[in-house]
Amino acid sequence: MKDPAQVIHDTTYRLLKMAATILPKDVEDALRAAHEREEDPTAKTQFSAILKNIEIAKDGIPMCQDTGIMIYYVRVGSDFPFIDEIKDAIIKATRKATEEIPLRPNAVNPIVGGNSGDNTGVKIPWFNWEIIDGDSLEITAFPKGGGSENVSIVGMLKPGVGLKGVKKLVVDNAMSYMGKACAPNIIGVGIGGGADIAIKIAKQQLQRPLDDAHSEPEVAEIEREIFEAINETGIGPMGLGGKTTVLGVKVDYAMRHPASLPVGVAVQCWAARRSAAVISKDLEVTYLTHPLEGN
Amino acid sequence: MAEYHFTTPISEEDARKLKVGDVIYVTGEHVYTARDEAHERALEMFEKGEKPPVDFEGSVVYHVGPVAWQKDGKWQIVSAGPTTSARMEIFEDEFLKKYKARVIIGKGGMGERTLAALKEVGAVYCSFTGGCGALAAKGLKEVRAYEWSDLGMPEALWVITAEEFGPLLVTMDSHGNSLHAEMDELVQSRKDKIYSKIGIKN
Repeated sequence: MKDPAQVIHDTTYRLLKMAATILPKDVEDALRAAHEREEDPTAKTQFSAILKNIEIAKDGIPMCQDTGIMIYYVRVGSDFPFIDEIKDAIIKATRKATEEIPLRPNAVNPIVGGNSGDNTGVKIPWFNWEIIDGDSLEITAFPKGGGSENVSIVGMLKPGVGLKGVKKLVVDNAMSYMGKACAPNIIGVGIGGGADIAIKIAKQQLQRPLDDAHSEPEVAEIEREIFEAINETGIGPMGLGGKTTVLGVKVDYAMRHPASLPVGVAVQCWAARRSAAVISKDLEVTYLTHPLEGN
Repeated sequence: MAEYHFTTPISEEDARKLKVGDVIYVTGEHVYTARDEAHERALEMFEKGEKPPVDFEGSVVYHVGPVAWQKDGKWQIVSAGPTTSARMEIFEDEFLKKYKARVIIGKGGMGERTLAALKEVGAVYCSFTGGCGALAAKGLKEVRAYEWSDLGMPEALWVITAEEFGPLLVTMDSHGNSLHAEMDELVQSRKDKIYSKIGIKN
C-alpha cells in the first residue's frame, strides 16, 4: 500500500518543478506563433529571447526568477479517501521544492516584515478548495508572479455603464500598465457576483487553455473584442512595440446585485506557469498539463 | 542600431555614445544587483559619509531579485530576469548622481527624473526581456560576494562577474530619448482605433 501523504507530496513537488521550468504546451505554441507573426525587429528580439529562455529552462532551471507566490486550486472528490492528508502534504512539498528546485522564497510578512524563507507562512500557500463529485483529487499548482499581479484590479462599476464600461475598464487598464506586466499577457476577466467573486472568477480564467473560447457566444464575443482592442494598442512584447500584447482574453461571469457591476481583471505574464494532476482513490497519478514521458 | 560589447568599468564617453535602439553585451566585474532596499541603503550610506562595499562608478546596476543557491560552499545565480524598474524611480536619479553607474538594467522603463539624471551623468537605461531569468543567469557567470544579505535574497546586493551578459536593449539614453515615452505617445495616438474595437467613440 502506498503512503497517501507521500503520493500527494511527491505529485505536488513534480507539479511545482514542471510549473517553474516548462510552460504548458498551449502557452509555448502561442509564443512561437507570435514570434513568427511579428515583423518589428525589437518585438522579434524580445520573442527570440523568450524562446531561448524557455529552452534553457527545460533543463530544470526556473524560467523566471520570480517563481511566484504559492497558490493551489484543489478539487476534492467527496469520496476521496485521504482528505486529511492533502493540506499538510502540499505545504511540505512547497518547502522541499523551494529548497531543491530551487524557488525564490517569496512569502513576506506584511505586518512585522521578514521573509519566511520557504514560501510558506500565514495563509500561504493559499488553497482554493472545491468539493466535487467522485473519488479523485485534482491539484493545480498556480505560482503567480508579482509583476503581473501588481496590475490586476477590481472595478466596482455603475451598472449603467453596461458591458461597454466593462470592456473599457479592461482596455484602459492595459493601456496604463503598458509592458510592465511582462507582455504578452493573458487576461482573465470576471464580471458580477461581488468584489471578491469577480476577481476570483477572473483568476480562474487564467487556467483555461489559450485556444478555447467561452461556450456562450455573447461572452466569447466580449473575449474577442477585448483581445483585438488590446492588440491594436501596439504595446507589444515588454511594452517595446509590436503586434502581440495579449495572447488571450478569457471572460466569465456570475449573476450580479441590481446595484453593482463588479469587474475583476487578473493579469498574467507570458510565463504563464501552471501544472495540474489527478490522483485517484487508489493513488494512481495522472499528470494533465505535463504528462510523464511515455504516457 | 549598433551593437556594442563593453567591459566594465564603462567610461562616461562610451555610455554617451549609446542611443535608443542599440544593443549591448556586458563583460566584467562591476555588475551589481540592486532593488528598492539596496538603493535606499546605498543612498543612506552616502548621506552618512560611509563607503558601500563595492565601487559603483562605471558599473552596471541590474534591477533584479535573483534565485540563487549555494553549491560546494559557493553562491551561484540560478535565475535572474529583471524586476519592474518603476519602483526604483524614487531613488535612481540621486543614485546615478552620487555613484555614477553607467548602465541601469531592468524592465518596463523609468520616468523623467531618471531620464534627466542619465543625461546629466552620462549613463543609459537598458531593458532586458522580462521573465527571461534562465537566459540572464547564463551571462551572470560568477557570484563574488553576497553583500547586504540581511535584506534577504531578492533585495541583497549581489556582486557578479558577467560574461557577455545580454542582449541589453538601450531604451533610455543620455540624449534625452526614451522608447518608453515614445510608446506612451504611440498608444495615446491610437486611442480612437483601439476604442472603436469595443464600440466606443472617443
